[in-house]
Amino acid sequence: MDRRTVLKGLAGAGGLALTGLSAPAIAQGASARTLRFVPQANLANFDPIWGTQYVVRNAAAMVWDTLYGIDSSLQPQRQMVESEEVTDDGTTWTFKLRPGLKFHDGEPVLSKDVVASLTRWSARDPMGLMIKALQQELTAVDDRTFKWVLKQPFPKMLYALGKNNSPCAFIMPERIAQTDPFKQIGDYVGSGPMKFAKGEWVPGAKAVFEKFADYAPRQEKSSWLAGGKQMLVDRIEWIVMPDPATAAAALQNGEVDWWENPIADLVPVLKKNKNISVDIGDPLGNIGSFRMNHLFAPFNDVRARRAVLMALSQEDYMRAIVGDDNALWKPLPGFFTPDTPLYTEVGGEILKGKRDLDAAKKLLAESGYSGQPVTCLVAQDQPITKAQGDVTADLLKKLGMNVDFVATDWGTVGSRRAAKTPPGQGGWNMFHTWHAGADCTNPAPYTAIRANGDKAWFGWPNSPGTEKEVASWFEAKNLDEEKAAIGRLNKAALDDVVYAPTGFFLSYTAWRKNVSGITKGPLPFFWGVSKSA
Amino acid sequence: MLSYILRRIAATLPVMAIVALFVFSLLYIAPGDPAVVIAGDQASPEDVDRIRQSLGLNRPFLVQFGSWVWRILHGDLGTSIFTNLPVSAMIGQRLGPTLSLMIVTLLLTIVVAVPLGVVAAWKAGSLIDRVIMGFAVFGFSLPVFVVGYMLAYVFALELEWLPVQGYTPLTQGFWPWLENLILPAIALGCVYIALVARITRAAMLEVLQQDYIRTAKAKGLGQGGILFIHALKNAAVPIVTVIGIGIALLIGGAVVTESVFAIPGLGRLTIDAILRRDYPVIQGIVLLFSFVYVLVNLMIDVVYTLVDPRIRY
Repeated sequence: MDRRTVLKGLAGAGGLALTGLSAPAIAQGASARTLRFVPQANLANFDPIWGTQYVVRNAAAMVWDTLYGIDSSLQPQRQMVESEEVTDDGTTWTFKLRPGLKFHDGEPVLSKDVVASLTRWSARDPMGLMIKALQQELTAVDDRTFKWVLKQPFPKMLYALGKNNSPCAFIMPERIAQTDPFKQIGDYVGSGPMKFAKGEWVPGAKAVFEKFADYAPRQEKSSWLAGGKQMLVDRIEWIVMPDPATAAAALQNGEVDWWENPIADLVPVLKKNKNISVDIGDPLGNIGSFRMNHLFAPFNDVRARRAVLMALSQEDYMRAIVGDDNALWKPLPGFFTPDTPLYTEVGGEILKGKRDLDAAKKLLAESGYSGQPVTCLVAQDQPITKAQGDVTADLLKKLGMNVDFVATDWGTVGSRRAAKTPPGQGGWNMFHTWHAGADCTNPAPYTAIRANGDKAWFGWPNSPGTEKEVASWFEAKNLDEEKAAIGRLNKAALDDVVYAPTGFFLSYTAWRKNVSGITKGPLPFFWGVSKSA
Repeated sequence: MLSYILRRIAATLPVMAIVALFVFSLLYIAPGDPAVVIAGDQASPEDVDRIRQSLGLNRPFLVQFGSWVWRILHGDLGTSIFTNLPVSAMIGQRLGPTLSLMIVTLLLTIVVAVPLGVVAAWKAGSLIDRVIMGFAVFGFSLPVFVVGYMLAYVFALELEWLPVQGYTPLTQGFWPWLENLILPAIALGCVYIALVARITRAAMLEVLQQDYIRTAKAKGLGQGGILFIHALKNAAVPIVTVIGIGIALLIGGAVVTESVFAIPGLGRLTIDAILRRDYPVIQGIVLLFSFVYVLVNLMIDVVYTLVDPRIRY
């Protein structure tokens, strides 16, 4: 009997016992104006430019506003900006801020704040770096107007300023934004709808946000990061719970109101409780993956990489991650997020249909593989990587490969995967991870799809065909051109096996039924969420 | 006695220094890199390098160690790599919950385990003895998290008597403070109660064989007086030793208990810091735990002199 079995059994028993009961919970004394939320992870730092973890971005989206915001159709909409103009040659962007914007310390939001914020952001963000490389000048014209002059057009400018991928282009006061982008800020003043209560912050346990009375929301209906961010609660408490069974019990007992990320094992228990609603949280989901090291044998030969892809069963991976719930996964014969405008299966045949182990073995033999150990890094403290690692080890063994299974923690994987030394000398052949679907809707925030050799993400794939199509997408003038470029990109990246997609999976979110207004999205949006007593 | 205590406190300094060197070296050679965690998945190697540089993690071992020791000597435990908060402030935030949990557990243990052990020794070989020792084996064998989940199910979810999780400071009232600690203290105390009960029984059995106990019985002293005044006092040295050593058990157990009951204590801080490679926090906590442990040992030695007048330093 392991810990997971015990917690599932006990939480299950608790759920059954509570089904049908509506007695008030002992600890439920919080005001209806306070929303108690269990986030996906601990808010260990609070600088969304310095630390790019999703949990930091999710909290930061309440405290710092953005110039534009991506809506649910993945289009950037004006947020802090009132209007923008771009010259015919596409090189000079002039933006005007909305009137009445204020920071939490009462100071007005001025162009100089925006310039300093964008300067800091563009030193860290992949798209920001691209703009910075083209930048001629970024200046404040007056208090509400600023100008970005480029050497060449950058058609994806508004997307870059409004995207929800970390780091987002959050606007901070100039004095804070002047902090070195590689050093952490210590002052958390923003102009978003909620203020950060620094005095109540206990990293690893609790973070508190209070409504900013002077926030001026837009008049449009809210849609993800766009539109009117109307706060309907006065206080939001993030309560960090490392143990999922405890979070499940606390939600059932009414000690918390909303649990961002219940694990799949406990969802049936929550669904049986009549006081709890459960639904898919982020429709953009996640893409499971493992990366092979293109620098060293056997995976420096594309035939060995393709052999693995030919034998790989995405269903095995997905069931290991999400269990038996078919609503939570889809096969993914490609690299882009399903149900988004650029989704494509062009070139995805290698991942479709019955798996051909014999053909895969034959191809592996042709690559010259002769039984050398394959160092496979698997973080055991991350359920998703552990599940994938176990499936991969089995897959490689079926292919006749000699697996050196390195069971370790995520911190070690994060460090070791950067080593370009041979696998036997501290390097590696494979590691497992996953990507937020929101980062895989197009190539701009999608670092993992890049294949520019030494400059590429870990594994350092070198695929000129892939890179050519990334450039084509950036230059595309309309959606049709973008789709065509992505189709070619998908095929090139699969042909060269930039990385191995193991499938697309979703996760649930759960909340008490006295909470309303929760919307599906790539991050938990708190505007529009209300709570009755 | 005072000079002994002062000598012992002075002797803790080299112990602390060795612990400090050991912990620092261990973290230095351990795999993992906080800069990688901070930079996130999308970061380039250059970004990671710049963060590492800004944190001073690329300096030679001796420079880093020297700078850390210098700060410690000035009473500064450093700043957390992740939160940018002083380590002393982070420990201060977490000390209350852990201390509360340990005190309640310790009191619960003494109140429950010592009488159980005494009764088991008094009724040695009887059904009562077997039942108590059976409970002890049970308590010793069950993992803390299993006991924790069972308690939470019965008393929080089923009966709705107590909360599932959290911590309320004592400043907000005695009952709110205590109600959050009852279940965690029972879960954490199970092993400890089992251990102390068994040791108490063994020590009492030995004492109860002594001639002076027979003499006390012959003189017509009451059973309670014999057990709790004459026998227990003479059996106290091993019991006090085990209670003291058990503090280490509590520290270890607090890590799991605090996770199961979502108590924002030092145990959870330790785990979080280790997983993130937040070196200054790990070093600060280990130093604190070492100091507490040395201090507890000193207190045990002092208590020996109170329970056994023959012991003098």
